[in-house]
Amino acid sequence: MNGLRLYFRFAALSLRAQAQYRVSFALWSVAQFIGVGVEFLAVWVLLDRFGAIRGWNLPELSILFAIVNIAFAVAESFGRGFDMFPGVVKNGDFDRLLLRPRSTAFQVSCREFQFLRVGRLLLGVVLFAWGAAHSSVAFGAAKLALLAGAVAGGACVFYGLFILQATMSFWTIESLEIINALTYGGTETAQYPLSFYRPWFRRFFTFVVPLAFVSYIPAGVLLGRDTTPALPEAARWCSPLVGVVFLAITLLIWRFGERRYVSTGS
Amino acid sequence: MKPYLALFRARCRVLLQYRAAAVAGFGTQLLFGLVKMMVLEAFYTHARVEAPLTLAQAISYTWLAQAFFHLLPFSANPDPEVRDMIRTGHVAYEMTRPIDLHGLWWMRALASRTAPTLMRAVPMFLVAVPFLGLQAPASLPSALAFTVTILAAALLTSAFTTIITATLMWTVSGDGIARIMPSLVSVGAGLVVPLPLFPAWAQPILSALPFRGMADEPFRLYLGDLPPSAALPVLAKQLVWTAILVLIGRAIVASGRRRLVVQGG
Repeated sequence: MNGLRLYFRFAALSLRAQAQYRVSFALWSVAQFIGVGVEFLAVWVLLDRFGAIRGWNLPELSILFAIVNIAFAVAESFGRGFDMFPGVVKNGDFDRLLLRPRSTAFQVSCREFQFLRVGRLLLGVVLFAWGAAHSSVAFGAAKLALLAGAVAGGACVFYGLFILQATMSFWTIESLEIINALTYGGTETAQYPLSFYRPWFRRFFTFVVPLAFVSYIPAGVLLGRDTTPALPEAARWCSPLVGVVFLAITLLIWRFGERRYVSTGS
Repeated sequence: MKPYLALFRARCRVLLQYRAAAVAGFGTQLLFGLVKMMVLEAFYTHARVEAPLTLAQAISYTWLAQAFFHLLPFSANPDPEVRDMIRTGHVAYEMTRPIDLHGLWWMRALASRTAPTLMRAVPMFLVAVPFLGLQAPASLPSALAFTVTILAAALLTSAFTTIITATLMWTVSGDGIARIMPSLVSVGAGLVVPLPLFPAWAQPILSALPFRGMADEPFRLYLGDLPPSAALPVLAKQLVWTAILVLIGRAIVASGRRRLVVQGG
């Protein structure tokens, strides 16, 4: 069986299993909707107090917020195996993955999925619809393609961050709160236009962790506004490419980390 | 009183061992604080309206929120050990102890709110005061007012956590409450956005809830946004709410005990 088919087999299996827990599904989704909604409340409070900032009004900010959170929701669903990975190192289960005839990254990615927390996704869709209805964006074919590309690229970048987090546990063994800082902190960061931040911070999230390419920059193109730092127009359209390249680099780092692995032996 | 103090001290000693977790939590809070600080800077520098807090005060408020983040019942699971006890039935052992169950859980909550907070708040002050714009307390009386009210805030948040813990005795629905409450509390206490920045119409609602005394009011006493003379009313409100939450918590624990069936084996 080829890798891709096997992957979707596992995903479908996981979906069927999780569909059995309806109450848990509802509770988690509501909790997540509220938890992420609280973040948007912060955006609203600040705009209500100060008015539009650097030309960004509430509908436009909600479009940006939606793109980031939809992408993160997708990455969170599929990247669950990496998110939960530190436990695998800690209890020594990683040894077993090393014995099987597939790459470890592939096995980890199939281990777990999280399809039933739809709160973040739902909020993203609602906010996007509201933002699109209240701003003056004309959605032609090109802009829809850009949007799809931004979400796909964003999912890749966040997935890559989940891989980086998991890779760190080859060294730390323990699962530490700080490794959530990159993923959840990254979402928090990308929810606002990067022009809000200081230059060093903006550069880090543009050129090192390329979150800008999948959130702020495509949102800027979508809304027809300039973005800083100024980039050639072609570069502003390349979200999916940036996402895939970043994901590939994180997989290389994963391989490097894997060579450092020392079993906990239990 | 004595067994409760002993319990509190013992729990604190256990929790103070988790130093790596504290360092990690500190790092996370630092990143989130930086993001919030820069967002506030962007809004303040481009706005032409007068805000109820100055930028320097809003930034200090944000760093206080990061330093005392752990004081609030954030984890979806307020006390994982008690949760497991309820799930496995070991809670029956707890009931045989010659002390009150609610008091026991409250002291556990108090320890798990204060000891980790201490380990995170001290480094945050050491970094944020010299480098990140956290102001020193407005005056000596302000500092005193802050110290007293933040201690009362610990009593208040742990009384609240104990209610969430007690709802776990109704496992399924209790789980839902334990997951949803933290987000609401964090807004109401001022950890998401400084409460003075909320619109004027929202202020009476925020003041009517118990959450404001968990962070916002102590922080504003620190900043001098509330004068030191406001410390007494704030403290009184915190203690009244603590008493109310303790009564509610006791009622929940009592009714949970009545319906509890411990399976043998």
